[in-house]
Amino acid sequence: MKQKLLQFFSKIEPDKKKSPFLHTLYDGFFTFAFTPNHVTQSGAHLRDGMDLKRTMVFVVLALQLCYLFGTYNIGHQHFAALGQYVGFLEGVHLKLVYGLIKLLPIFVVTHVVGLGIEFYYASKKGHAIEEGFLVSGALIPLIMPPDIPLLILALSVAFAVIVGKEAFGGTGMNILNIALLARVFVFFAYPGQISGDEVWIAGIEKVNGTYIGQAYGGIYHFFDWIFNGLGWKTFGAGGAAVVDGYTGATPMALASKGGWEAVTQVYSPSQMFWGAIPGSVGETSKPLIIIGALLLIVTGIASWRIMVSMVLGMIFTGLLLNGWGTTPFMQVPWYYHFSMGSFLFAMAFMATDPVTAASTNVGKWIYGFLIGVIGLIVRVLNPAYPEGWMLAILFMNVFAPLIDNAVVQANIKRRKLQAKPAAVEA
Amino acid sequence: MELFNIFLKSAFIENMVLSYFLGMCSFLAVSKTVKTALGLGSAVIFVLGITIPINWVLNEFLLTERGIFKTDLTFLRFILFISTIAAMVQLVEMVVEKLSPSLYNALGIFLPLITVNCAILGSALFMVAREYNLAESTVFGLGGGVGWFLAVVALAAIREKIKYSHVPPALRGLGMAFILTGLMGIAFMSLMGINPAELMAASGK
Repeated sequence: MKQKLLQFFSKIEPDKKKSPFLHTLYDGFFTFAFTPNHVTQSGAHLRDGMDLKRTMVFVVLALQLCYLFGTYNIGHQHFAALGQYVGFLEGVHLKLVYGLIKLLPIFVVTHVVGLGIEFYYASKKGHAIEEGFLVSGALIPLIMPPDIPLLILALSVAFAVIVGKEAFGGTGMNILNIALLARVFVFFAYPGQISGDEVWIAGIEKVNGTYIGQAYGGIYHFFDWIFNGLGWKTFGAGGAAVVDGYTGATPMALASKGGWEAVTQVYSPSQMFWGAIPGSVGETSKPLIIIGALLLIVTGIASWRIMVSMVLGMIFTGLLLNGWGTTPFMQVPWYYHFSMGSFLFAMAFMATDPVTAASTNVGKWIYGFLIGVIGLIVRVLNPAYPEGWMLAILFMNVFAPLIDNAVVQANIKRRKLQAKPAAVEA
Repeated sequence: MELFNIFLKSAFIENMVLSYFLGMCSFLAVSKTVKTALGLGSAVIFVLGITIPINWVLNEFLLTERGIFKTDLTFLRFILFISTIAAMVQLVEMVVEKLSPSLYNALGIFLPLITVNCAILGSALFMVAREYNLAESTVFGLGGGVGWFLAVVALAAIREKIKYSHVPPALRGLGMAFILTGLMGIAFMSLMGINPAELMAASGK
């Protein structure tokens, strides 16, 4: 069966000279599906059958739970803001479909733009396609607000891939995390689209100072037609007013104004832990992120040292800020910082990126710890930005090579000192 | 505490290179290896730490109306600052040549070029514009130097690392350094907007 399939594919292989782009495209998908075709067999081995592609697929797998929940949560937040289907499990089909309609275009645009650029460069440089965009492409939709305009998304992905990666020579050679670079590009270039209280719930518009739900058109009517046929509830016309007292503020925004009490007035701690709160698509549900993080640690892809030291760094800074405690935000007990914002997501999937993190073991401890410290400082003390992890990780990405350099130099110095007495004895 | 704020601000939040883009010429040219970057970075800290207070004294007692000439001579500010800086750099050069000839050779022309490193003249002018007193200016100078030092060393470490990358031929060397400087500027924007003085004032209440 497999042999026949392989024969079929070798038949349709485009000619490399006549159409280099098509060949690159073909080669990319072919290697993705069929190589490496050897597996680890037996005995002790230094190298096993995992290549870069399989490593990356594990990260994408670890993100799947976040995707599932994120999709549903987009719908849930939308309907909850309108006061419809307030219970988490009411109107499941509507929420799921609504989330898909919002998330799918983001996902597709990210991949078309990112992979398109990757394919173009691969055929231009004449090497095989590198799989580097798999992980970035899976991460980017998860860290964007659900209502992001697609043109802006496409621009930011193009910026991150070209300037952040291809300029450095492609996969595995970038200095800054690609997904974060895309996010930070939107953040600084289009501040209105990504910050503030209003953008984190999909499909709510501000008309004449009041928030209303957007009208459902086009694709929604199609789904209504299906749901009608099945006898289920439908989207209807839309345009409903939001519930009284709706602000759409995320826990971070509330905490920076009124501290922990202001947060708990709107969101309960368990709600924040399980993730039924507004926010970026993938960051809200803490248990699912922890499952993903464990998967990455068990398979040895992400460094537990970075995760542990990042948590330590945050606890350390949290305690310091609690001790200082002059603004309400500083008084938020340190352990609640885990359940707000994107700390866990950044820790599990962003800081541990093996390319941009420090690569020596001592360096990883320093790197993670400093991310924890700087991230919380930016989150709590910097009024300009609602959340700090994205910028803290980029900041430390810049210093990671320096940390490695210092660790290596210190090692050389220590070894020299150890070597000297021995030389004297001899 | 006020001094500490000024130090933090000039070293990280308003970094000379990465937020004002001052002192680019030696920043780009001497960041090829970490060792020379360390040398030049320390030289800049030293020169900034010495020239800023001296310039402050000169500015205060020679150029302003409160000074010994009782007239407004501030139009001489540029020329006076530059010559102070040049004299100091000459001193540093002699010290470095005596203590570490290898570093002296590695730095080459860029050591004398600290004279025209605009981060240093820039800091002196900022000091005047922001009306710092003597202690504040000294700390401001040292902080600016430390910020410059960190930036140049970090860039050098990155450039050492990307030596092994397949950077497109057109971008190798300076092209990459420019792109990196921009990206580092984005990363440093994380701290922009923090106002230590405001936080301190809040804790005073």
